[in-house]
Amino acid sequence: MRKVAVIGAGMTLFRRRLQETPKELCYEAARGALDSAGLDLADVDAVVSGSAPDAFDGVHMKGEYFLDGCGGTRKPYMRVFTGGGTGVFSTIAGWWHVASGLADVVLVVNEEKMSSCQPHPQSVFAHIWDPILDRPLQPNLIWIFAMEMNRYMTVHGIKKEDIARVAVKNKRNAVDHPCAQLADPHITVDDVLKSEVMAWPVQRLDISPPSDGAAAVVLASEDVVRRRRIKDRAWISGVGWCIDSTMWTDRDLVFPEYVARAAQMAYKMAKIDRPRKQIDFAEPYDPFDYKELHHLEGLLLADKGGAPKLTRDGVTERDGDLPVCPSGGLMGVGNPIAATMGIKVGELFWQLTGQAGKRQIPHEVRTGVTQAWGDLMQYGCVVVMRA
Amino acid sequence: MGVAGFRPATPEYSWKELMFEAASRAYADAGVDPREDVGSFVTCAEDYYEGFGIFDEFVPDQLGAVLRPTCTVSGDGLHGLATAFMQIRTGLFDVAVVEAHSKASDVVTLDGVMEHALDPIWTKPLGGHAFVTAGLEADAYLRATRTSRKALDAVIVKNRGNALLNPHAPYGARIDARHLDASEERFRPLRALDISAPADGCVVAVVASDAASRRLNAEPVWIRGVGWASDSPTLETRDLAGATYARLAAERAYRQAKLRSPATEVDLAEVDDRFSYKELQHLEAIGLAKAGQAGTQAVKGDFSIDGRLPVNVSGGSLGCGNVFEATGLHRVAEVVKQLRGDAGRGQVDGAKMGVAQSWRFVPTATGAVAVLGVGR
Repeated sequence: MRKVAVIGAGMTLFRRRLQETPKELCYEAARGALDSAGLDLADVDAVVSGSAPDAFDGVHMKGEYFLDGCGGTRKPYMRVFTGGGTGVFSTIAGWWHVASGLADVVLVVNEEKMSSCQPHPQSVFAHIWDPILDRPLQPNLIWIFAMEMNRYMTVHGIKKEDIARVAVKNKRNAVDHPCAQLADPHITVDDVLKSEVMAWPVQRLDISPPSDGAAAVVLASEDVVRRRRIKDRAWISGVGWCIDSTMWTDRDLVFPEYVARAAQMAYKMAKIDRPRKQIDFAEPYDPFDYKELHHLEGLLLADKGGAPKLTRDGVTERDGDLPVCPSGGLMGVGNPIAATMGIKVGELFWQLTGQAGKRQIPHEVRTGVTQAWGDLMQYGCVVVMRA
Repeated sequence: MGVAGFRPATPEYSWKELMFEAASRAYADAGVDPREDVGSFVTCAEDYYEGFGIFDEFVPDQLGAVLRPTCTVSGDGLHGLATAFMQIRTGLFDVAVVEAHSKASDVVTLDGVMEHALDPIWTKPLGGHAFVTAGLEADAYLRATRTSRKALDAVIVKNRGNALLNPHAPYGARIDARHLDASEERFRPLRALDISAPADGCVVAVVASDAASRRLNAEPVWIRGVGWASDSPTLETRDLAGATYARLAAERAYRQAKLRSPATEVDLAEVDDRFSYKELQHLEAIGLAKAGQAGTQAVKGDFSIDGRLPVNVSGGSLGCGNVFEATGLHRVAEVVKQLRGDAGRGQVDGAKMGVAQSWRFVPTATGAVAVLGVGR
């Protein structure tokens, strides 16, 4: 298996970006990633893209539509799509392009433009349900996440205040992120608890905002890293992914088993047997504040029901023992589904190469893990990276 | 390999049941238990064809992939095969499964879905059907290569005729001059008979490493090379006449397969013929016919079952139906059938090396090529 490194990353502002087409967003991110790697498109052997529902951008086969913005013209180009999991999964797809020996340099570009979806991006989620069993009930995503959050709180006796701390931490961390959409240096736990109730126990400030944006990373083989003497690189040392049954009603929502399996796969590859000791920081997927906690447990970085205590004790602060979402996460920087790659894989790269600027974790970090979550509360994918 | 469906409509099946049947057949053919032996599952699908916001959700149960590494590639089945090929080459897995299907008969607004793939700013507002892009391309190809309508007729007659020998092909027919004359003009120069009709179908492939294929006592067909490529997505800036995507994909696949002169080394080819001219255009692009000569060769009968290079012996998409993202994987299944000597009355004698080529249909300029062979 060939060693693969991330050697560059780029991302756009996360905002409502009506002025730009999906192609233009892709271009901006791809250009940024290539510039940071010191490469040109001619150096790229293959392009991988990641994007979530086509219905957001409102284009059928949107991967084909924006491939020129990604630099895919006249190159081997492939799009992968695992729902929200795409934010981390496309990097895994890029990894196998290089690890297999079929490519030496791969550009991975993720894009999402949610603002073109009217009246609201949530309307796409009316079409993600089993047409016979679920759809007649007219569910929406906030309801089912409310069920999952409720189950998590009830089984472990977790208080809402402890979950709200995650929103506060991430929105404050995001103040230091130049692409952030919903950073807030003054937010308090009280603000979260007093925000509008969407579907109990989910309140407005428990949720990340819909955004438009794109992100890109450049992956290269060990040989390219050596030959070009690339100093700013972080090695991909473990990858894992896992899907659970479509029948979300048939499983206990209290623990994301699919994340745990993906993590075990990645840890095995990265030769990590004691993740809590061997992993220095984490960028788990946090589209809702409780999901950061849920995923920390799925990533085996906290006991079941134990993640809220880590947050309360300050362990997951940027200067804590296990910094979690030092980027500001989806809660603070924004949630353009697949493009969250910039604050997941991208943040690992910037932290591990010491390029995170004001977001840099103050102590030395050597190993980071990131994870994304998607489909019907059923998809987990995990990437472990080392300095 | 496992195949299910291949009929204009499959009202007795849901798409899940269609997948289940093809997967069950593939697992039986390979002698694998998906829950024990398979490391990774890959599905090739597009949301709008499926009618879902996130189709990836609906993949695992019927493939036996629950709580396993599984993913969707938004591409043709051959892109999925390439993905499985790469995954196995990393050493992370030794058995992977690829699935692709079409349930086109469920799609109420198929024309609308295809139009929705046109550039929303520059092309879609012109209000044309998505097949207009194929008409433009056909015109460009026929002019650039001075290919006659007779060559298109030869492709139609051959592929629909071949389909009569293939039990999986729903559109087999003896087409003669009367049918061709009576065929309505649709997207000039394309007539109704130049365009493949939709079909439902599912194809599942089990891909294994050398070691795993020995362990499973399989009779393997080897993937000697696989390549994929895209040309420009905008109609105005792509090579309309020449199918550059197919040329680039073939170059990569042949390089891996160490094929120096594919036209003489390949025993049969299955190329995308969802419009009749595409067969000729693709044969030239992937080096199986000389530039501008495919039409003449087609008229001479070079591509018939007993010709110099049998092409689309299965009946192609004109004969088997357009199964959308399953098209490339279906062609792999047909090449595999030939290389194993299982093609019955359609068997090409002594076939040892075959090529399967795919295109992602209108309005894309994306395609893939796989070189398949038997023997060490």
